Amino acid sequence: MAPAADAAAFLRGAACYLPSRVVTNAELGGITGVDPEWIRSTSGIEERRYAADDETVVDLAVAAARKCLEAAGEHTIGMVLVASGTADRRWPGPAAAVARALNLGSVPALDLPMPSAGGLFGLALARQLVAEHGDVLVVAAEKMSSVVRREGTHPNVAVLFGDGAGACLVGRRQGIAKITGGILHSDGTLDESLHLGLSEPLHMDGRTIIMQAARKLPQVIEELLAAHHVDKERVATFLLHQANQNILVQAARALGVPQDRVFSNIRLYGNTSSASVLIALAEWSSAQGFQPGQPVVMAAFGAGLHWGAILLSGL
Amino acid sequence: MRTLAEPHDKILTILQDVAQAKEPITIGPDESLFDAGVLDSFRLLDLVLALEGAFGIKIPDSDLTAQKFESVNRIATYVQSRA
Repeated sequence: MAPAADAAAFLRGAACYLPSRVVTNAELGGITGVDPEWIRSTSGIEERRYAADDETVVDLAVAAARKCLEAAGEHTIGMVLVASGTADRRWPGPAAAVARALNLGSVPALDLPMPSAGGLFGLALARQLVAEHGDVLVVAAEKMSSVVRREGTHPNVAVLFGDGAGACLVGRRQGIAKITGGILHSDGTLDESLHLGLSEPLHMDGRTIIMQAARKLPQVIEELLAAHHVDKERVATFLLHQANQNILVQAARALGVPQDRVFSNIRLYGNTSSASVLIALAEWSSAQGFQPGQPVVMAAFGAGLHWGAILLSGL
Repeated sequence: MRTLAEPHDKILTILQDVAQAKEPITIGPDESLFDAGVLDSFRLLDLVLALEGAFGIKIPDSDLTAQKFESVNRIATYVQSRA
């Protein structure tokens, strides 16, 4: 998807929801036999959150969405987009149930059955959709704990993931940042390198995925910044998909930016798949906040392969 | 004229640098570099960059799979195919 002409779309609010149950490496190591220190050194993850057994993807999504709408203030939602790679059933997906829980009547609700980059793709699509639909609510929610418990999942893969949800509201009215541009890419050539069957265990060729992510994330960020003539030195922060701390380190190195400008919360939540980049957005904007005119870059990569980047500018 | 030993020796030298190994790497041509602890996921990226520089080739994203770089022989076969 080529960069679109400057569109008047604004980020009006962002929030996240993390289940209360903290699962440490030590606890998971006792269950899976994976050395807790190995988890930390190879991924940067020290703990993650697991949803309760009776807590669904819809529950996680609704919790994040409610917090987001409260933060955004007055709104008239014209569309809902819900990304998830761990929906509770094949169909219908969670979008309609999320809209129902939010009392949105017959507002169109679209599922994006995309893990990893799903939240970012949702945000990029929302930017294009606001002109026709008004405020668009984007939610990404994952209950990875239900997937990694499948028999046959490699323990070294299972320990990387956590549960959570992120949400943001995109609209035509001024908010906390302008969504200046977005670039999305997909390539099915390596779709077998990371996939989840209907009942089979999650398969991940970690070495290939890490190589692909570490190259594609900096590439698409450079592509986006060049298209919009933004010097990366000016970028306040890079909010990347939180898959592995070492990928974040590689990305900073490839971009030539200080490590502290690449946001990281993976230590606390692990890889929350599609939700991670929206959780990062919510946490960073709450803690640091957008500054007028200051660019912020979001980027994600994952199964598909799908990857992309979004440029925001603080208001 | 390129001999079979040339790329292998060059690759071993590159692996030595990438792995930051103090002792010379001794590994069979078909032995897994991952199983032997010479490479891990993140050193793979350094290896790719080093191969591009040393052999004057460009490794496209579509070729960035771990299998292509699993052993010295596989690396040699690959870089020769790109030359």
